[in-house]
Amino acid sequence: MKVYKYGDNVDTDVIIPARYLNAPDEKSLASHCMEDIDGDFASTVETGDIIIGGNNFGCGSSREHAPLAIKACGVKCVIAKSFARIFYRNAINIGFPILECPEAVDGISPGDQVSVDFGTGVIVNESTGARFQAAPFPEFVNGIIEHGGLLKSLKARGVAK
Amino acid sequence: MGMTMTQKILARSAGLASVEAGQLIEGKLDLVLGNDITTPVAITEFEKAGLSSVFDRDKIAIVLDHSTPCKDIKSAQLCAACREFAKKHAITHFYDVGRMGIEHALLPEQGLTAPGEVIIGADSHTCTYGALGAFSTGVGSTDMAAGMATGLAWFKVPSAIKVNLVGKLGRYVSGKDVILHLIGVIGVDGALYQSLEFTGEGVASLEMDDRFTICNMAIEAGAKNGIFPVDDKTLDYLKGRVDRKFTAFEADPDAQYTQEITINLSALRPTVAFPHLPSNTKTVDEAAGKPIQQVVIGSCTNGRLKDLREAADVLRGRKVAEGVRCIVIPATQQIYLDAMAEGLVADFIQAGAVVSTPTCGPCLGGHMGVLSDGEWAVSTTNRNFVGRMGPTSSMIILASPAVAAASAVTGVLTDPASL
Repeated sequence: MKVYKYGDNVDTDVIIPARYLNAPDEKSLASHCMEDIDGDFASTVETGDIIIGGNNFGCGSSREHAPLAIKACGVKCVIAKSFARIFYRNAINIGFPILECPEAVDGISPGDQVSVDFGTGVIVNESTGARFQAAPFPEFVNGIIEHGGLLKSLKARGVAK
Repeated sequence: MGMTMTQKILARSAGLASVEAGQLIEGKLDLVLGNDITTPVAITEFEKAGLSSVFDRDKIAIVLDHSTPCKDIKSAQLCAACREFAKKHAITHFYDVGRMGIEHALLPEQGLTAPGEVIIGADSHTCTYGALGAFSTGVGSTDMAAGMATGLAWFKVPSAIKVNLVGKLGRYVSGKDVILHLIGVIGVDGALYQSLEFTGEGVASLEMDDRFTICNMAIEAGAKNGIFPVDDKTLDYLKGRVDRKFTAFEADPDAQYTQEITINLSALRPTVAFPHLPSNTKTVDEAAGKPIQQVVIGSCTNGRLKDLREAADVLRGRKVAEGVRCIVIPATQQIYLDAMAEGLVADFIQAGAVVSTPTCGPCLGGHMGVLSDGEWAVSTTNRNFVGRMGPTSSMIILASPAVAAASAVTGVLTDPASL
């Protein structure tokens, strides 16, 4: 696995530029993911890779295409110091793991091997041996993630028909 | 413990006597909104989940405003999918070309948003309706799908920043300068997960169009919502548009705020944001003189009648500078008609600007004014991110309609008072 590390305020316009928002499917979105901030990303990313972001990751437009594109690239999770709120809820709603952990962001560099336990929120930098604890999700949010997304959880609860 | 305006609205929507910051609630929705970019994703999720019906066909609004009139085949196909869904579910508030306007100008104009209501929209600038004392916030397409199916959404109750407005705006200073100034002070994540609650004696002097602009860009400070108290100007605006019952909420005197910020409107100068963040602000005095190639006056932020009047007041009897393209976009059909009736459209055209049908177009680099390599634009839109309006080398300065119009005349970033 590889680590891609970016700075603060990675906005959804650079995650997936608006000129690709009319793409027909997630794979097409994935082929342009991060294009305006990192031209090599889409051609080098592999399943299981991790994105590390700074503060306010995913700010800007509400486009769900942004977490969808990252997920469709095979990225395992995004670890950031903080997330913009719409990106945060979009990721949860589509069942894509995101972890808020400033210490892990500072303690992980490109090239490091990283493992993540989503159940406990423990992040380990296998290259340095450092362990980090991400903020746990509230139970309600865990329920959404465990069901594989918002709509599935609403169906399981019998709220959506 | 006292509650903020936002907390009171959310408590009622969740059927609770009170809520506090950080609490997770499920609220009943008064309106669910989507556009031609976000609705198709919502439809896909809706159908993939095997959902069969919408919770209330009168409480869903679908507005085809982003790529319309359709700029290419793919956009046309996305709009067609929206049209088909709206027809299948007999969506009352479906707005296609000819009736549509930019969603956040259109919905209040059509009376679809009222004080005390809870509104989600699959568009980040849905926070605009806080100007009317509503709780409204941007969400994603899955939230839209869930909202359409159930009439419910989950929310984490936000804490709030109190923004105390005092004084009165001077000439050539508008709501855009207020919000750019505030974002410059607190930063693009300064209000992350929080409400921006505007209050104080300065509120009364702000026109509704200024309040819409201010709430519209609350998201650019990371806020969940921006909200104004309801006063006589709000009630005047609602007259003839909203005939259903609504509730005007006020913050409790002992409501808790994480911080209080005071803005003296009288002391504000025209304010602009340089690339590539809305928080990268300067007063026009500090930054005037930067050569530009394009001006855009419009968008959900600044495409309303007051904005067009302020731009026309500057452009009337003057000419757009050689080498500058000036694009004016009234936000709705009604605003377009009003601008024609007042002679503003003629002012723009005689000055050498072009006037477009309502569309989000250039704001997100879609169409109707995409930039080329290395070009600079002064734009009344809301984001100046890398590549927002064209290639990654293109640059956007965010500004008010008056500053944008003055810059169109001179070809450089200009204080309208200096003309």
